Amino acid sequence: MSHDFSGTIYGRSRPGRHGYHIASQPSAPPRDIPAEYLREGRIGLPEVSEPQVMRHYVELSTLNHHVDKDLFPLGSCTMKYNPKVNEDVASMVGFGGLHPEQSAADVQGALRVMHALEQQLAAISGMDAVTLQPAAGAQGEMTGLLLARAYFASRGEARRKVLVPDSAHGTNPATATVTGFETHTFRSGKDGRVDMGVLESVLDDDVAVLMLTVPNTLGLFETHIAEIVEAVHRKGGLCYMDGANMNALMGQARPGDFGFDMMHYNLHKTFSTPHGGGGPGSGPVAVKSHLEPFLPTPRVVQRDGEFHLDYNRPHTIGALHSFFGNFGIYLRAYTYITRLGADGIRRASSTAILNANYLAKRIAAAYPIPYGERCMHEFVATGEPLKKHGVRTLDVAKRLLDFGFYAPTVYFPLTVPEALMVEPTETESKETLDRFADTLLEIAREAVASPEVLTSAPTRTPVRRVDETTANRNPVVTVPMDA
Amino acid sequence: MDFKNMRFTREHEWVRLEGGDEVTIGVTDFASGELGDIVYIELPKVGAGVSASQSMGTIEAVKTVADLFAPVSGSVTAINGALEQGPDLVNKDPFGDGWFVRVRMSDRAEFDALMDHAAYQEMIGK
Amino acid sequence: MPYTYHTDDDRKAMLDALGLASEDELVSVIPEKHRVRGLLPIERGKTEPETLRKLFGLSETNNPAARLVSFLGGGVYDHTVPSVVKNIASRPEFATAYTPYQPEASQGTLQVIFEFQTHVARLTRLPIANASMYDGASALAEACLMAAKITRREIVLVPHALNPRYRRVLESYVTGQKIEIRPVPASDAGDVDLTALRGMLDDKVAAVVVQTPNYFGALERPWEFEKDVHAAGALLVASVDPVSLSLLKPPGEWGADIAVGECQPLGNDVSFGGPLVGFMACRTEFIRQMPGRIVSATHDIEGRPAFVLTLQTREQHIRREKATSNICTNQGLLATRATVYLSLLGEHGFTELGRVCHERARKLADAISACEGYSLRYRAPYFREFVVACPTDADAVVTAARAEGILAGVPLSRYFGAEGRNLLLVAVTEKHQDDDFEKFCAVLKRAAMVKVG
Repeated sequence: MSHDFSGTIYGRSRPGRHGYHIASQPSAPPRDIPAEYLREGRIGLPEVSEPQVMRHYVELSTLNHHVDKDLFPLGSCTMKYNPKVNEDVASMVGFGGLHPEQSAADVQGALRVMHALEQQLAAISGMDAVTLQPAAGAQGEMTGLLLARAYFASRGEARRKVLVPDSAHGTNPATATVTGFETHTFRSGKDGRVDMGVLESVLDDDVAVLMLTVPNTLGLFETHIAEIVEAVHRKGGLCYMDGANMNALMGQARPGDFGFDMMHYNLHKTFSTPHGGGGPGSGPVAVKSHLEPFLPTPRVVQRDGEFHLDYNRPHTIGALHSFFGNFGIYLRAYTYITRLGADGIRRASSTAILNANYLAKRIAAAYPIPYGERCMHEFVATGEPLKKHGVRTLDVAKRLLDFGFYAPTVYFPLTVPEALMVEPTETESKETLDRFADTLLEIAREAVASPEVLTSAPTRTPVRRVDETTANRNPVVTVPMDA
Repeated sequence: MDFKNMRFTREHEWVRLEGGDEVTIGVTDFASGELGDIVYIELPKVGAGVSASQSMGTIEAVKTVADLFAPVSGSVTAINGALEQGPDLVNKDPFGDGWFVRVRMSDRAEFDALMDHAAYQEMIGK
Repeated sequence: MPYTYHTDDDRKAMLDALGLASEDELVSVIPEKHRVRGLLPIERGKTEPETLRKLFGLSETNNPAARLVSFLGGGVYDHTVPSVVKNIASRPEFATAYTPYQPEASQGTLQVIFEFQTHVARLTRLPIANASMYDGASALAEACLMAAKITRREIVLVPHALNPRYRRVLESYVTGQKIEIRPVPASDAGDVDLTALRGMLDDKVAAVVVQTPNYFGALERPWEFEKDVHAAGALLVASVDPVSLSLLKPPGEWGADIAVGECQPLGNDVSFGGPLVGFMACRTEFIRQMPGRIVSATHDIEGRPAFVLTLQTREQHIRREKATSNICTNQGLLATRATVYLSLLGEHGFTELGRVCHERARKLADAISACEGYSLRYRAPYFREFVVACPTDADAVVTAARAEGILAGVPLSRYFGAEGRNLLLVAVTEKHQDDDFEKFCAVLKRAAMVKVG
């Protein structure tokens, strides 16, 4: 089937139409740049008016589900309400109008915010030092493994292995490869947690880092966390905590106290900066003092009451970002933490845990929870019982869209068949949780009575199920020039 | 379907003896059914050496990717070029037009050690 | 408590349903010895007005470039951000959605990405583009890793005049890989030394990086060496400023295999250098080696046009340790701004933008060249940024200018040591007016006098 691009901004283009004028006078092609450097012919951008642009993107926006509309229970993504005051702060001209090449004297307020946020994140994690620089959680992981590489190199060691449990996020093994380590995946125990026997059997002197998500992707706290960390340390390895699930721990317990050497945060998850349809995120890394010398530069330092950017760190792993990372996201996270304070942070995580447990309890009869109903901030249920009616977890996910909810994370972690990974967050009311639970139970009844309703869902969304096979066999990733 | 000259692997590949020391390799209908719509196949180049149990390519569905393991050692004598434009052949005709590669074996014993059809059927619970 | 909404009755009802007496029992799975006793050493919470007052106070201790006359560039540029761009990007439908895993409820985000990819493909004249990268620097690093994987080679040739901050990120990214970075010297004109480059090409070179305009603002002539690069079996990796592509020959027309760059100038704030948003485009045959999210056009079961994430088997959540990259997200909201920006300016406005930026830059360059003791350091043509050779330390010029409310530019000593001592990198955009130039030249003249005195 051919593609119809008339609904794109290119389809709305009419020759000679102007949207925005840069200059009040007509401009001319440059005379002083030799022709060999210059573009010939049209660029090929659309020609549309300002109201057309407005209407086009407003129309597109209405096709999205988003957390300001209703529950977005995507497990591992912490889709909590994004406070609007954070946006007001990020758009203050005193912050948004700063150029990164300005001198330290002109940017004292910005450096003070970065320094203060580092201290807040150190306090919440129980770590000694923080770099804000990584632009996302995955880049935080990369920073962590580069720190480990530099740390071992400084001790004359060249350890090669990174251990991850089979329930790990895909970014963990992918990051190990990118940073030149070998991934060794080990089996989780029967209770969904790390099995000490299995861990001991894969631990040796070649293990550089154990990467562990706490609570893990099943929403379970690793009850033997101190023993796990100790076992790795005994072999001379380092322990890295994937902090994707910090919303369960903040104010309750600190990874530094468990013995972890380093961890990353996802500011966009835990500290509620808008996910923006996929970014920008921010992935600060917190470390114990033995890894501090290797942190990326520049470091924000305070000397004689003034803040500076310090590049002079001989052992640094270098830089991950063009400048200082996603400053605009720091502002939002700092505003959030400042607004909540120590008391609010603790209350937020305990409410997130309450909400997840309540929701798990309400749906468990129809969607069993293989590793037990008692969870932290999220849980993993299974759609396995519906299979005998010809209904898969994917169908449940699609049917939820018909009821105006987004779907949970599905088919992850890989250790649970037909997985539904649900994270309600603390910002949902009991009414919303009940409405969502009632809907899931209704869908389970539909699966028995009229499974075709599920397998043909969604029907109330802007488009119905899309053909992913064709998109994968013959991807069409742009409007062709001649369309 | 005559499975007499065919052997099978635990990774759901079939290997058919074509005479001499040459074999054709593909995946079973069970495998293509489990993977769903196959969207892309990466094959070794003609002339490449392959070793038994080592990856020689990948087979991709929409949300999964599987390694294609060489069932026997040897060198690749032909690849199924039609899969580049038509990966769905593997879904439509896994034992026929959906074949992957031909390999000249360096060790016939590797072929003989693979499962026969009955053993494979038992493995997949049929 | 901010942002949680349970009444005491709600909490009690929920705990009753769980058969629990207190919320504390829910965290009892965390061993007692690890539990935080009391509160963390962070201040107690504040009301919204209190929070705003504190943050506004902090913001006012900065002296933002936006309130001064600024000629700072070096990878981040202060262009006009149209109101429409800000308005659309602030819509919660875009801001508070996430990665479009469920396409049926995410067509808005998916189509915006598809339009972004199309804009990038047209600017670069390469057929394939992804949903965006963290920034221009990591996009370049990822392009080099991609080229090394495609060619199975280990050496990346990197020009001396590459943005030094990009070079640092590239060096960090390849730390764990068997990849060696070799610098290619610059010619006296400010562009790549062609003879030196040709001498460095051999069958171990995976990629040749070319940045145009380069860090010195100089335009490169990649068409002069593209054939040599490909004859050696290497890939040509272009790092380009998308604004310059309004006027300049696109990388797809001079043989680039992969093109990357920074989209901050397209409708995004300077924001102290972050968040930024990178782009990546490539030739069709490399699509499966490309990192990052990619959106494809498709149909729904009723035949309606629709969009969906595609080729996800490349990515970490499926291919895990064999993924093309560990990247997980794109820079969605910033890419959205770039998309709306390019749609709004369109063919006419974007061409006009390039012309005006260059015309303004030339006007300032001419004026500075007419100042006693000052000259343009390099002969190569420039777009909207150039290096000024000063009669004194560039640092001294910067200090003198700042005293009069002008951010003169980036002193190159910051990155190039003694070589850059009297060199100043000056950027111009459409926002600059003639009186900004007059003030700047007056300051430059006075700074030169100080030296003579």
